[in-house]
Amino acid sequence: MLKIRKRDEPWKWGALVVFLGALLFSLVLSALLLKGQGKDAMYGMTVLWQGSFGNVWSLEDVLLKAIPLFLCSLGVAVAFRMQIWNIGAEGQFALGAIGATWMALAFPDLPRFVLLPLMFIMAFILGGIWALIPAVLKLKLRVNEIISTLMLNYIAILLLDYLVFGVWKDPASFGFPMTPEFTAGAIIPGIAGSRVHWGIVFCVVVGIGLWAFMRFTRLGFELKASGEGARVARYAKIRYGMLVLLVMALSGGFAGWAGCVETSAILNRLQPSLMVGYGYTAIVVAWLARLEPLNIAFASFLLAALRVGVENMQLKLQIPAAFGTIMEGIILLTVLAGQFFLTYKLVRKPRQE
Amino acid sequence: MWDFLIPLFAATVQSGTPILYATLGEMMTEKGGVLNLGVEGMMAVSALAAFWASYVTGSPWLGFLAGGCAGMVMASLHAFVCVSCLGNQVVSGLALTILGGGLTHFLGVPYVGLAAPGFDPFNFPLLSQIPVLGDIFFKHDMLVYVSFVIPVLFWFFFKRTSLGLHVAATGEMPAAAAAAGLKPIRLRYFAVIAGGFLVGLGGAYLSLAYTHLWTNGLSGGRGWIAVALVIFAFWRPGRAVAGAYLFGGVMAFQLRLQAAGTHLPSSLLLMLPYLLTILVLILSAWRGRRIDAPAALGTNIEPEG
Repeated sequence: MLKIRKRDEPWKWGALVVFLGALLFSLVLSALLLKGQGKDAMYGMTVLWQGSFGNVWSLEDVLLKAIPLFLCSLGVAVAFRMQIWNIGAEGQFALGAIGATWMALAFPDLPRFVLLPLMFIMAFILGGIWALIPAVLKLKLRVNEIISTLMLNYIAILLLDYLVFGVWKDPASFGFPMTPEFTAGAIIPGIAGSRVHWGIVFCVVVGIGLWAFMRFTRLGFELKASGEGARVARYAKIRYGMLVLLVMALSGGFAGWAGCVETSAILNRLQPSLMVGYGYTAIVVAWLARLEPLNIAFASFLLAALRVGVENMQLKLQIPAAFGTIMEGIILLTVLAGQFFLTYKLVRKPRQE
Repeated sequence: MWDFLIPLFAATVQSGTPILYATLGEMMTEKGGVLNLGVEGMMAVSALAAFWASYVTGSPWLGFLAGGCAGMVMASLHAFVCVSCLGNQVVSGLALTILGGGLTHFLGVPYVGLAAPGFDPFNFPLLSQIPVLGDIFFKHDMLVYVSFVIPVLFWFFFKRTSLGLHVAATGEMPAAAAAAGLKPIRLRYFAVIAGGFLVGLGGAYLSLAYTHLWTNGLSGGRGWIAVALVIFAFWRPGRAVAGAYLFGGVMAFQLRLQAAGTHLPSSLLLMLPYLLTILVLILSAWRGRRIDAPAALGTNIEPEG
């Protein structure tokens, strides 16, 4: 008979073992799933690997997808740290894209060094506002933020649809729902002619900035303390309400930036195909990374690789992109279950009778 | 006027039915102290399972059952992760939604656009003869009639049976329940899995009665609405009925407006249910009845030792 016992000291490499275990488990399960669909599972896994890391082209693709994922996850993680469940990164991402597009369409003739900052500022503001709505509702009326942020995702996507099907539609697009292409000043350029753009440098700056903020400022300290719960925060004389607003504004602003980068650098215009679920994958990333900025960079890269790999499978095995989502779900569930072993262990129960 | 209202109310009942099943399912789960945010994904998977079973066997009833079972399977994942492994209930539910959405899109590919035998509306004997009420409530399919009975059973279960009282006890104070000789872990498993069955029936309704065709994205946020409605209903089945029909009404109204070809853009009309969800949460928060939530909702039972 096995008995559950609390660990006396933390399991040193536990988190990494659980993470790798979950990855392996999800690979095995998805191989089985492929087999069940009558596909060649081994070939599928090879295609997945080659698609993610096989050549420079795919590595570039991974980096490109890791950028919006990183920014969204950073935002999600900041909120989760305070035990505020912001599930609304997807909607805040959309609002960021809308804000950036608004500036790009309003001032097409401005030079790049003016227009791009304007776009980033507006993306942050709109993304932040989208996150502040549930924050205010939570503080003033104790409205559950999980559901309100989620509902705002649906509303944001419909708002985006409304804009690209209506007032912002390009008259020359033959009826396709998209805005006109941005002018050169509104587009984030590639680094030294490669496909990877300056957004990646932006990510590094934001990541280090957030890390320094959490580590060296009083607000950052208060934020971490509030993560222990509203009551602890009150003991420490922390203005909990103000912090919630700040954290949610940051959280939404980061996701908004992701939307801005993606619209400006990748699509060069606003269109519904922008919404590929980065905001939801960000939840997986943030949780896998245990909410730490450096881990988030690593986990974003891995999950971006998974997405690119699945695209390759889509092409070669004729399977839908949803395959990647299944793997994300399995990884997250397995990690959640596995984290049990970080605090507890199973020991053999001595026979007493 | 009546020519517009009676069909609208009838459509309200129909589109409220899947939400009603799902809301009661989530309510059952939460009564046991477990928050399951996976409803959206569970509904999607069970809609596909129901469609598949009905398509293969030709029996919509087997499809209905398969939907419920698919909901149970998904729910047991949640139960394992949260009840046995003490995983975070919020994140596990989200993971379930992510997984469910993926599975549905992946496994549903061969069935897109196909039709399966489903449930057709028929006039319920005698009761459909009642003026107005008969038209609104008793000219539907069999699953709607089943959904009339379930809230009553739900109420009876929690008020009059010992199992129901035990489940509610683990939702309130698992430690006290354990001290009284109950088995909180088992009871929580029961609440989550039984709730999953009801949610699954809601999913099955979507593919077997709401449409008879398979298309992706059938759940369309209904799972999340159900989660919100549990709060709105203060964990009481009677109010769940009212809430589900409120949403059914908005969805039916919005469809009718679109069909009538109003000048409002459809994307703005489509926002209505989601805006209403937020409004409903504000209203229930404003009434300030947090006390009605099961006291141990969202917290896991720590093992001793």
